[in-house]
Amino acid sequence: MIVAEQKPLNEIKSMLKGCKKVLAVGCGTCVTVCFAGGRQEVGVLSASLRMSTDLDGDVVNVDEAIVQRQCEAEYNAPLEAGLDEYDAILSLGCGVGVQSLAQQFPEKRVLPALNTKFMGYPAEHGVWEERCQGCGNCVLHLTGGICPVSRCAKSLFNGPCGGSQAGICEVDATTECAWHLICENQLKLGLFDEMMEVQPAKDWSSARDGGHRRIIREDVRIPDEEKA
Amino acid sequence: MSTMKYPAFTMPESNARPMSERCDSNLTRLLAADEFVVTGELGPPKGHDAEEVRKKARMLLGSVDAANVTDNQAAVVRMSSIAAGLIMMNEGVEPIIQMTCRDRNRLAMQADLLGAYALGIRNLLCLSGDHQSHGNHPGAKNVHDLDSMQFLRMVSDMREEGKFQCGEEISGGGLQLLVGGAANPFADPAEWRPYRLAKKGIAGADFVQTQLVYDMECFREYMKRVVDMGVAEQVKIIVGVGPLKSAGMAKFMRDRIPGMTVPDATIERMAGAVAGIDTEKKAERSAAWKAEGIKICIEQIQEMREIEGIAGVHIMAIEWEEAVKPIAEAAGLLPRPIMEV
Repeated sequence: MIVAEQKPLNEIKSMLKGCKKVLAVGCGTCVTVCFAGGRQEVGVLSASLRMSTDLDGDVVNVDEAIVQRQCEAEYNAPLEAGLDEYDAILSLGCGVGVQSLAQQFPEKRVLPALNTKFMGYPAEHGVWEERCQGCGNCVLHLTGGICPVSRCAKSLFNGPCGGSQAGICEVDATTECAWHLICENQLKLGLFDEMMEVQPAKDWSSARDGGHRRIIREDVRIPDEEKA
Repeated sequence: MSTMKYPAFTMPESNARPMSERCDSNLTRLLAADEFVVTGELGPPKGHDAEEVRKKARMLLGSVDAANVTDNQAAVVRMSSIAAGLIMMNEGVEPIIQMTCRDRNRLAMQADLLGAYALGIRNLLCLSGDHQSHGNHPGAKNVHDLDSMQFLRMVSDMREEGKFQCGEEISGGGLQLLVGGAANPFADPAEWRPYRLAKKGIAGADFVQTQLVYDMECFREYMKRVVDMGVAEQVKIIVGVGPLKSAGMAKFMRDRIPGMTVPDATIERMAGAVAGIDTEKKAERSAAWKAEGIKICIEQIQEMREIEGIAGVHIMAIEWEEAVKPIAEAAGLLPRPIMEV
């Protein structure tokens, strides 16, 4: 899932400068699961903003809303009817959600209340770890099911570097060395020989390096004449 | 320590040209002739004063066969390794240019190698590079387009096939560079380390230089594995040694530098060097420590010469370049042989 966390309150307040009334919109999918932008977080943030701006003497009225999936237009459509009264939309969706609202309601300012961090995995309650960078050319079959692109600080492809110590990455004492884990897994699976193959230079054109990415699936596309 | 057993491994047969034909550097000729080589290291300044480079180069002149020029080492911005290498070369010291995967993508790497080659630089050390979070621009974007293994393969192909990484031909033919990598015998997983060195050879490394070695027992064990795999026959292994400056530095290296082991006995020996010297007499204590550090280093080099599979020593005395000459001298490594073409 997409993992995000809320921006500091003061940063959000500074984005809201000049606004009298805003609509805070949460999202019921990824950011609800990671406790960053669900119904509860929308409630707490809205209340905090009301109280804090009131104390500052320049109150911002914050109304609350939530949509099931902010990254898809049809879920956001019901918001349109009441938007006139707001100076801005404060999105508690991920970066995709914010942009969906901005595209859908071009006459409104849409402000991000969250920082979108990564595609990740809930390692334990309250802990999320990055698992995928969407490089567009998956190598997990070669690496024991552990991603070196997202989990190795140097995105290495040919084994642990000289900074791996006791299974820990030199960059951060709380991060496991991904290549140490890959080594162990490949040994367990009897695939260590693959570790000795020099993996060639990666073609990064499938990643963001290749420019803005888009997938077109003609088999599921709806022809123009059938679009209502 | 892993409980799992690593499979046996033997280096595949190499179809590489003889060492002497790969490059025309002094270092190549000495390695090809099985001379016990001595390399040093020069850290470029955090500024633009060429004289700083010249001064350090003059300290190394005559004591080493070639010297590494570091590339933004520890992710701290310094004068470019190629520029500093050229200044050093003009002082008569042959450079080994270090280049990291951290700061350049494959276009920049190849462009800079063409330039370096045009300037007369012939030795290259391919590195991943310390992570920028440890340096003075922690907010920098790192590159890592290639990893060090892919970097070695690219440069080896640039030489052997005369082609860029994309497959297009290099105008004027291949870059006859001597290509090296780094090896850390003490990082984890410990069992993996000999395999990684072997893999660097497969990727195209002519030589490797190791991380600083203080733990001789561990290192002997590592070298035995490396020799048994047949790696030393294909890859020249130059061992990193360096004089300790104080007992505190020894402890710091043991406790704080990732992938570094310093045995307690070495730390005790350094501590013992200042026994009986008043803690207030700082200069005297420092001199005693430095003398002991140099002595340990000399003894280590002598031990290294007896270990099978070692092609030379890499004396790292960063910001203490004047120590290299007395070390090389006392270890019986001077004068350095010069092998003209």
